[in-house]
Amino acid sequence: MPEYFHSVKLTPERCKGCVNCTKRCPTEAIRIREGKAKITEHRCIDCGECIRRCTNHAKTAVTDSLDDLGNFQYNIALPAPTLYAQFSSDISIDVILGGLLTLGFDEVYEVAQGAEIVSAATREYLKKADVKKPAISSACPAVVRLIQVKFPELIDHLIPIEAPVEVAARLVRASRSAALQIPPEKIGVWFLTPCPAKMTAVKQPLGADKSNISGAIAISQIYGELLKAISTVPRDSRHRRATAEGVGWALSGGETRAVAAVNAMVVDEIHNVSEILEQVALGKLNKVDYIECLACSGGCIGGPLAVENRFVAEHRMKQRLEKIRAEDDRRGAVSQAGNPDPEVLTYDRRAIVPRPIMRLDEDIFKAMHKVEIMEQTLKKLPGLDCGSCGSPNCRALAEDIVQGTAAETDCLFKLRERVRDLAQEMVDLAKKLPPPLEKDDDDK
Amino acid sequence: MSEQGLVLEFPLQGANFESAGEASSKIKRVLQQIGVRADIIRRVAIGSYEAEMNVIIHAYRGVIKAAIYPDRTEIAVEDEGPGIADIQLAMREGYSTAPDYIREMGFGAGMGLPNMTRCSDEFDIQSTVGVGTNIRMIFQHS
Repeated sequence: MPEYFHSVKLTPERCKGCVNCTKRCPTEAIRIREGKAKITEHRCIDCGECIRRCTNHAKTAVTDSLDDLGNFQYNIALPAPTLYAQFSSDISIDVILGGLLTLGFDEVYEVAQGAEIVSAATREYLKKADVKKPAISSACPAVVRLIQVKFPELIDHLIPIEAPVEVAARLVRASRSAALQIPPEKIGVWFLTPCPAKMTAVKQPLGADKSNISGAIAISQIYGELLKAISTVPRDSRHRRATAEGVGWALSGGETRAVAAVNAMVVDEIHNVSEILEQVALGKLNKVDYIECLACSGGCIGGPLAVENRFVAEHRMKQRLEKIRAEDDRRGAVSQAGNPDPEVLTYDRRAIVPRPIMRLDEDIFKAMHKVEIMEQTLKKLPGLDCGSCGSPNCRALAEDIVQGTAAETDCLFKLRERVRDLAQEMVDLAKKLPPPLEKDDDDK
Repeated sequence: MSEQGLVLEFPLQGANFESAGEASSKIKRVLQQIGVRADIIRRVAIGSYEAEMNVIIHAYRGVIKAAIYPDRTEIAVEDEGPGIADIQLAMREGYSTAPDYIREMGFGAGMGLPNMTRCSDEFDIQSTVGVGTNIRMIFQHS
């Protein structure tokens, strides 16, 4: 595997070389070169903003498919709670989960249950005296990667607890392997996800050597088949185990509610997150206990691989949550959060390492020189940030020039200036006559 | 090795909260570009932000200068303003002369100068009442 695996990929045939994605990317990872978007691997955090932005659908996320289930003896689906928001709240979670069982899965285990366990563990963690304030949730992998590349100084603010899906996968794989006497590697554990960043986290886990998840399947990919399957599921099926507390994680603020954090902030959408992290880095938010940061607007329901419009999904999810709260009261259902899994807190998680992208050169002297050249170059550029050069803005072009990956004449305005100067020079030259033809004005 | 560092200079205007923090973010970005350690960048950013805010909150106008060398960053902030009558008192945590409307905005908690001393390796302050205040901070890069 290359150094960085990314789920976000470009389909070159569809890319028209427009500059929309370059301007939207929160880490300025995209450049247009030879008429196509190129993603700079080490800068990409797989947030999926470019997927959302691309009107030609040239940006996609690499995903596994239902065909991959054939490689395993026993298959478990791990649906993200966002899956439920794709359907009207009249269709119960039990029926949706029943639908998944007709698509080839032998069992379903809700990621929302993992979320309940993580909620409980987070609650415990926040009680500790040595927690660096504000503690930042590490549930959103795009946010974790944003911190690695743009705010490495904030890594120790990240809550050292696995994401709900990892917890769910680890628990279910171990328990089913033991109960069914099947070797763990013969069990396929499939995450049904709205999120390219989580897709990447499966292939290249954050803070763990190997993920317990076998693969990730985009919600958008199974939606059609699931929709068909659902009509065949008996309405009185019983599959749901997660409570509203875990299911609520799909919405922005759901995590904070489940964690019962009081002095907390909820920030969604990756550019907003970036601004808030900037404030955390300046020490302005030291008095806040907990920040829930989510890369997508509205939370996971706004994920680029979800089907339903984020506002519609939010509306449906809120209705659904009300229903299951009432139902849970009747059923006497108890959140997993009541009995925290001790392993979650003590789980030997690999440290999340900085991946700074800003540095211009390994050698500090060269880097300082480059900063100077960059500033001088920037002054000469028009400052329109039009993006026509293929870099997202003038500052980025100045950086590309100093790094030798672009030229000043990539700027249309600079090019025009050069052409004008050349034309002027030609006119001036054309006016010149060889000495024998030069006549004094007096001779006229 | 030349002692020639990178010099960045930003004018500051009292009460201009709109662009508050811009100078410190630019200084921070340059430090990231030259590859200074993240924890040191954070200290420089906090120190220069506090100093920048002090000018905006208390003074009429001023200037923040960053001189960045391979081994250290020097921040100098000079302002024309009311000055500080009792520096020792001003250095105490929680002591603030900021008016209520500033405190309501979440500034003026009396942590500015103590924070600057805490995050810098060297800190120096000179002030003349009715003239202005000069602050100098040095941050070693290792």
